[in-house]
Parts: sequence; C-alpha cells; structure tokens
Amino acid sequence: MNPVLRKRTNRLALNGAAVIVILFAIFPVYWMVSTAFKVNAEIFTTDVVLFPSTFTLSHFEGIFTQGIGNTSLWIYLRNSTVVALGAVLFGSLTALLAAIAVARFQFRFRASFLIMLLIVQMVPHEALLIPLFVMARNAELTNRLLGLVIINIAFTLPFAVWMLRTFVAAVPRELEEAAAIDGASRFRTFVSILFPLVAPGLVAVSIFSFITVWNEFVFAFTLMADESGYTMPVALRWFVAREGTDWGGVMATSTIMTIPVIIFFLLVQRRMVAGLVAGAVKG
Amino acid sequence: MTRTIKPSTEPRGGASTPSPGSRDSTAKRARRYRLTSRLTPYLLLGPTLVIIAGLLLYPLYRMAVMSTQDVGLREVRGEPAESVGLDNFSEILTSDTFWQALRNTFAFAAVAVALTLVLGTLVGLLIHRLGRVMSTTVIISAMLAWAMPHMSVATVWRWLFDENGGVANWVLNRMPDWLTGTLLGRTDWSGYTWFLDPLPLYFVLTLAVVWQSFPFIAVSVLAGLKSIPAELFEAARVDGAGAWRSFWNVTFPLLKPVFAVLLVLSIIWDFKVFTQLHVLAGGIGNPDVFNLSLYAYAEAFRSPPRMGLGSAIAIVLTAILMVITVAYVRQIVRQEDLR
Repeated sequence: MNPVLRKRTNRLALNGAAVIVILFAIFPVYWMVSTAFKVNAEIFTTDVVLFPSTFTLSHFEGIFTQGIGNTSLWIYLRNSTVVALGAVLFGSLTALLAAIAVARFQFRFRASFLIMLLIVQMVPHEALLIPLFVMARNAELTNRLLGLVIINIAFTLPFAVWMLRTFVAAVPRELEEAAAIDGASRFRTFVSILFPLVAPGLVAVSIFSFITVWNEFVFAFTLMADESGYTMPVALRWFVAREGTDWGGVMATSTIMTIPVIIFFLLVQRRMVAGLVAGAVKG
Repeated sequence: MTRTIKPSTEPRGGASTPSPGSRDSTAKRARRYRLTSRLTPYLLLGPTLVIIAGLLLYPLYRMAVMSTQDVGLREVRGEPAESVGLDNFSEILTSDTFWQALRNTFAFAAVAVALTLVLGTLVGLLIHRLGRVMSTTVIISAMLAWAMPHMSVATVWRWLFDENGGVANWVLNRMPDWLTGTLLGRTDWSGYTWFLDPLPLYFVLTLAVVWQSFPFIAVSVLAGLKSIPAELFEAARVDGAGAWRSFWNVTFPLLKPVFAVLLVLSIIWDFKVFTQLHVLAGGIGNPDVFNLSLYAYAEAFRSPPRMGLGSAIAIVLTAILMVITVAYVRQIVRQEDLR
C-alpha cells in the first residue's frame, strides 16, 4: 500500500473507533433523557422508538405535581440538598483544619496519620452499614436528616483531607512567614493569606464531597423510614420498584438527579484524576 | 521544627537593646510559642480525628464485636446481646449462599476489572492519537458516563434491558436468528427477563459497571501518556516497532505505577458494588445473585434481622478489601513522599 493511502485508512480506522466509543458512552445517557421526554405510547411498546417524534413535558410535570407516591419531587430534592450542603459545609471546614496541620506542621504520627487516612478511605461503607445503623438507632438519629449529614461527613472527610493537603502545601510558606514577621497573628495569617489562596482547592474538594453525598444511596435507604425523608437516589429506587414501573417518570427523575452532578463534575474532573491517582501520574 | 517561624523575629521593633528583664520575657514567650506550635497541629487535627475515630474506627470495632453475637430485633432496640463465639462464622462458612456470593463477588470483580482496564487503556491510547476535535468529543462523552450517579446508571441499564420496552431485547430480536441462536442459544427475545438468573444479571451488571468505570481509566492513562516524551515513541517506530510492541516496550513499563494504582482501585470498587446490584436484582429476594455486600445487607436487614450474621459477612468482605488496600497504600507511599 502506498504511504498516503495507508495514512488515510489509519486515520479512518481511528476515527471510526472513536465514533463507536462515543456512541457506546452516550447512548445510555441519551436513552435516559429521551425516555424522559417521550410520550407513553412510544415508551411502552415492544417496537422501540429510537428517535421520538413528539416531545412531552408530562413526566416532569407528573413528578413535581403528583409526585412519587404523593410526595412531590421538591421534597426529595430538598432533602438531598440539605444533607449534601450540611455534610459539605461542616466536612470541608474540618478537612481544611486537618489539611493545614498536615501540610504546615511537623509532628509525631504525621506519616501514620496520612497512612491511616488512605486505609480508612478504603473501608467499605457497605460493611459499616450494620454497626452505624445500630449506633444511629441508639442515638435516635434514624429517620432524621441530621443522622445522614453526620454519617456523610465521616465518609467524605478522609478523601477531602487527603486532597486539601496538597492544595495547602502548594501555597508558598514564605507568604505566611512574611505576614508573621509583619506582626500578623497566626489566625490573621490564616484568614488573610492562606485562606484566599486555598479557596479554589477548597471549592474543588467541596464539589467532590457534594457529588459523593448527593449520590449516596445505601445509608439513606436504610436510615430513612418515612418517604418524606427520602433523598433523591432512594426516591428513584422506590419509584423503580413500584408495580408497573412508570419509566417516563423514572427517567425524568433520574435526569433531574443527574444534571447537577454532571455540571459539577465537568468543573472539577481534572483534579479528581490527580487526587485519586495521587503521585502516579506526573506531568 | 525548621518550618516554624523563629520566635526571636516576632517582637518587631520592640526590644532592640535587650535588657535582662525583657530577655526573660522573650524566653518565656518563646517557650509559650514552642508549646502552642507543638499543640497546634493536634488541635487542628482534633475534629477530624474525633470524627474518624467515632464514625469509622469505632463502627469497625462494633462490627467485629457484633460478628460474635446474636443480634436480633430485641438487641437492636437496646437489650444486651448474647455472645455466640464464632457460631456466625461457622454458619456462613457452611452456607451455600455464602460460597455462591463469594464466587459471584470474585468472578464479577475479575471480569469487570479486566474489561474496564483493557477498554479504558485502549480508549486512552485512542484519544492520544486522535485529532483535537475528535479527542475532545470522546473525552466529553466519556465524562457523561463517568459522572452519572450510580443509582441513575443502574436505573438506565435496568430500563435498557427491560423485558418489554427494553432496547436490548428489541435489538436481539432484529439480529439474524442464526447469529443469536448459535451465540446465545435463543432466537425469540420478546419478554426475555435478564434479572432472574445470576449469569444474565451479572452480564448486565458488568456492562453497566464497565460502561461507567472505563472513562476514569482512559483519562488517567491519557494523562500518563502525555507525560511520556514523544521521542521515545518515535525511536520505537524508527526501530520498527508496531503499536503492539511500542505499547509493551515503551508505554507499559513507563506507566507501570499508574496501572498498579488503577488496578488496585478498580478491584476495590468492583468488589463492593452494591447500589447497581440492588436495583438490577430488585432487592434482596434472590440469594442466587448475591455478592458479599448484598448478602451482608440481606442478612442484617431482613425480618427478623440477623445483624450478627451480617456483621460476620461484612468482616469477610472488609478483610479481603484490606488486603488489597495494603497493596494500594504501599504503591502510593512509594510514589508520593508523605512530607
């Protein structure tokens, strides 16, 4: 084969493979969104409609007005937001303090603490479900959003500290030293030097935590007994399990739950890779 | 202690000519400063340590204790639990459900991890060779799959493989009968249910999990590839190496640490899949399709609950994962100095 032709077929094969990957990645997402906008006649048919001819908002209307099991989606959205924001606000501040300690001070057990963080982060939450459920019950925190907030803080904290540590360490120490020489107290140094410089990192870490908590299912499913306390994933699970699943409504709910996550995710994904693979990827 | 600010520089413009009295107070201040700066890290760590100890380590301990107890409805309500020694463990070790769950867990993890890593690496290599527009499009589409909440992923795949309105059965029905017949032993897919037997259910679960996990691998591998100097690939090509040789002789050795971490993380994630399985299996009614985490959950939260037994299963799961975690921690510690 002549080299030009060879190069062309090569290009073609690569782009063909890329199109297949794109279709594979996108199709389920497309299917979720398109089902959410389809009329029921085009959903409940064995003759699958790949490209809907009519669009309807009735499924979205349904989940907000009639709701899922007579509870409007607003309630579930509110619950999810309360739990996620509560856990993130408290968790990120706690993580920031620990990250400063780790990045700015030398003390005994420092390396041990970091290794413990890594290990604790890998403990399967599903396994902790049983003891935490019993503890929450004894503390009368079942069926309360506060219980979920507390548990989610614990789950997001190790990774948050681990990531924030690198953001704090990236702030040049000389800046703080200069402020200290100028007579600024430690607290003052923290507020006016370190905090503004760490803020972008803090935002990124908060977004990760938010996504984690927003998606959390097992604990919300187990701890919340009344449907008025369900978070979005639990409501969706319940919706799917109902007799004669209303797939239009289910996919509309799923779409609404996914949108904020995708937006947030695209904002911070670059740092996500860095955080998970840690030092393995350099450059 | 080299990183703390020297106390002597602190009182600025103050005692320029130190008298004995002020030296004394400087020493005192210095001592206080040293003391506070020695205490500060612990104060900063305090809340985190309390939370981790109370909500992650203590529950682990409770789980260990409960695994040797009979914890039913009454005990959950607060009555003291009776110790049963290692009965829970001998019960699960002699139960068929446990071994089936263990098999399901291992087989699923092996297949899903292998597929995820291979597909992810291939896509990473592909993106690396694509033009600008195409590579961006692939990355963004992959991001969508990656970003979906587990619950949404499970729901969508449940719907794609639905017995009536699902796309999968529709496509299979449209494929030539000789093909589906010889490959899958079935030609009529109308109303075929994927979620009753372990094999078809785990097939769908594997698809769903691989679909969601390959983007992370691809993006990580891509980041690694970009860090390899182009001259190395060029040199390999000049020496007559094709894509296959160049991957195994250049890319793989250089990215070995990346692959090590990706492998361990994938194993850990795929070992404890819960949400997706819970949705596809339709709850805890079918013990044949349990993996370890669903099995532990099922025993602990069925009625009447058997939390002791569930804890014993959870201990087994945790123990396996901790062994793998040690490999992960060693890899990270080796790469990243913890200073």
